[in-house]
Amino acid sequence: MHETAHSFILDNAYWIALLPLISSAIILFFTRWREPLSAGISITAIVLGWVASIWVMIEVLINSHGGHFQYIERAFDIVSFETMHLQLGFVIDPVAAMMLIVVTTVSSCVQIYSLGYMHGDPRFSRYYAYLSLFTFSMLGLVLANNFFLIFIFWELVGLTSYLLIGFWFEKKSASDAGKKAFITTKVGDLGFLLGLMLMFAWIGTFDYDEVFAAVKSGQIETWKLTTIGICIFCGAVGKSAQFPLHVWLPDAMEGPTPVSALIHAATMVAAGVYLVAKAMPLYTASTTAAAVVAYIGLFTSFFAASIALVQNDIKRVLAFSTLSQLGYMIMALGLNGILSEHVEPGTGYAAGTFHLMTHAFFKALLFLGAGSVIHAVHTNDIQLMGGLYGKMKKTASTFFIACLAIAGIFPFAGFFSKDEIIVATMGHPVFQTVASLVAFMTAFYMFRLYFLTFTGEPRDEEKYHHAHESPNSMTYPLMFLAVLAFGAGWFGAPGVKGFSNYIFEYGGHAHTPSAHWSVIIISTVLALCGIGLAYLMYYKKSISPDTVVEKVKPIYTLLYNKYYIDELYDFILIQPTYRLGRFLWSFDANVVDGLVNLQATITYWLSDVKHWIDKNIVDGTVNGFGLFCDAASGAFRKMQSGRLAHYLLAVVFGMILIILLASSNLLNWTLAKVGL
Amino acid sequence: MSDPTMSQLLNAEMLRYLWLAAALFGIGLFGILTRRNAIAILMSLELMFNAVNINLVAFNRFTSPSTFAGQIFAIFVVVIAAAEATVGLAIVILIYRNWRSIDADRVNLLKW
Repeated sequence: MHETAHSFILDNAYWIALLPLISSAIILFFTRWREPLSAGISITAIVLGWVASIWVMIEVLINSHGGHFQYIERAFDIVSFETMHLQLGFVIDPVAAMMLIVVTTVSSCVQIYSLGYMHGDPRFSRYYAYLSLFTFSMLGLVLANNFFLIFIFWELVGLTSYLLIGFWFEKKSASDAGKKAFITTKVGDLGFLLGLMLMFAWIGTFDYDEVFAAVKSGQIETWKLTTIGICIFCGAVGKSAQFPLHVWLPDAMEGPTPVSALIHAATMVAAGVYLVAKAMPLYTASTTAAAVVAYIGLFTSFFAASIALVQNDIKRVLAFSTLSQLGYMIMALGLNGILSEHVEPGTGYAAGTFHLMTHAFFKALLFLGAGSVIHAVHTNDIQLMGGLYGKMKKTASTFFIACLAIAGIFPFAGFFSKDEIIVATMGHPVFQTVASLVAFMTAFYMFRLYFLTFTGEPRDEEKYHHAHESPNSMTYPLMFLAVLAFGAGWFGAPGVKGFSNYIFEYGGHAHTPSAHWSVIIISTVLALCGIGLAYLMYYKKSISPDTVVEKVKPIYTLLYNKYYIDELYDFILIQPTYRLGRFLWSFDANVVDGLVNLQATITYWLSDVKHWIDKNIVDGTVNGFGLFCDAASGAFRKMQSGRLAHYLLAVVFGMILIILLASSNLLNWTLAKVGL
Repeated sequence: MSDPTMSQLLNAEMLRYLWLAAALFGIGLFGILTRRNAIAILMSLELMFNAVNINLVAFNRFTSPSTFAGQIFAIFVVVIAAAEATVGLAIVILIYRNWRSIDADRVNLLKW
């Protein structure tokens, strides 16, 4: 293993993951009835983890040795066979260190924010326990040192997301959304599991280093690597909500809004991107698998962005925006596996992971801001908002920063990472065109959202009247994230060295972001066009949205109904399943139950026959004996007259008879007659 | 002395005693069968005992005059009859208490 660097924090980094687990256990078992204490324990654990993560990052940077970091790996075997060892261990590489910071940062903000947002909820303590467990699962996934361990944490993330999405399970829609998320991601997980089995069958190990060493050695046939790569990508499709398994993510908005922030920014959906990043050697070895990844990502980013254009639910717009941005990352990672002479190797990887980081910050900010708005007006519908800027200055201004960041305006975080992704598409005209178009759409729908929510005249006076700025526990995390949404991109800015060039490095290519002016100009112009269009339509109202809608009515309807994907799934999957279920039920009810009932009827009939035999023949015999005895005794019992004289007469006659017999030899004569 | 023959036994003198005993026995038997008064039945019973006693004494006198077995037996019968009379009268008293009557025909509980 790569054991060169030794330091206290790197040797004990697994405690970053364990702290939330411990706090979760403490809350669940001991402090459930003391809500402020529960929240305090949870927040303390995650903030400690955040501090430790920054320390880890500093140590990693110190140990970078001029651009090439030595991995830190600590592991012990949990299962050990002759040829294989299942390990429980952690590994810290540059991406893991980056993800630790992202997860703990977003999680800390979300937990502090939840103090205000979840105030007064009847299951407040349980909420914090789930949040901690969720964070633990994701941190464990980040630190895991082999594919098997990452799968365990992968499933834990799925479980805890189910618990949190369905947190308000009294609402049918919320419990349904929880189930939908769990089942839909499970479809992808099946592929992941299949990939792991194939990996074990063909490569014989789960350990990252050993797998990648085998891949690089070229001894494994490419088609096997392609199969494994696509199977593992299935897992990422489910977790990162890529087409066609994206349907759970918009529904997952039923959970509490801070949970949405956590799912969208740091924990759940980031897991898929992180997995693809971790398994990158598989995709560089198999161009086919990489192409699948890239095309799925491209399609999802465009597909989701187009839906986001017309949605009216503030959280749904953000949800589809997440889908689109995740598609971006996946596409960049996929392109990393397809060589292009226009870009240096490793650019796609760097762009994907870099965007994962910046996106986490501004998307968490957007969701927490949306939560703040919902908290104030008690509706998700942006058509009922408007003019909230005056009432919620802090929320509105931080939201504005996040919008600029996601639209990719200089110098906000999204500008650098999004340009990096578009740079990675160079040499692939289709990718470059669509990615640029998506950048335009992103800018448009985000500013549509901003203008409809915060500017103009209030469209619902009553809701506007009751609106108020959220408490400090909610606005401070917003401001903190706003700083990151503004500044996080600078770490990866062109020409900035010491961080990005090896945090996002891949395969020994020390990555140095360079400025591609054509890309910068095009993407900035497109983003400004998007903002400008939104400004004209929703702020100036010089272009009426209604007339635009009228002109493209069919497309609008298609987009508004999310391409009818849910309905399609309902038609081709869910209804047939129901029908099959009903058919099996009727088979069970009629055929199986019929057989059982038939047997019962026969038994019943047989018992009737036996009853008749028993009653008439067996009982008849017994009663016949009784009746015979009764009849026979009837004749003799008359002798018992009860009159003394009768008895005495009998005695006398008996006596006379005996005397006669004795005296006349009649007895002897009689005995002689019968032959005695 | 050899055993007397039947004809010797039934000589004329002894026969008179036997007839007397037989008559007494028949009167007693008739009384038992026909009387309904329980006390009368007991009295008839005594008659029959005494008929037997006469027989015993008569046979003793005419068949083996040198022994007294028949007479001693008769005395035993008298003693036993006295004891029997006490039991019989006690029963009669109980009957009277139950039925306020000593009519033997009314004591007919033990029948079919």
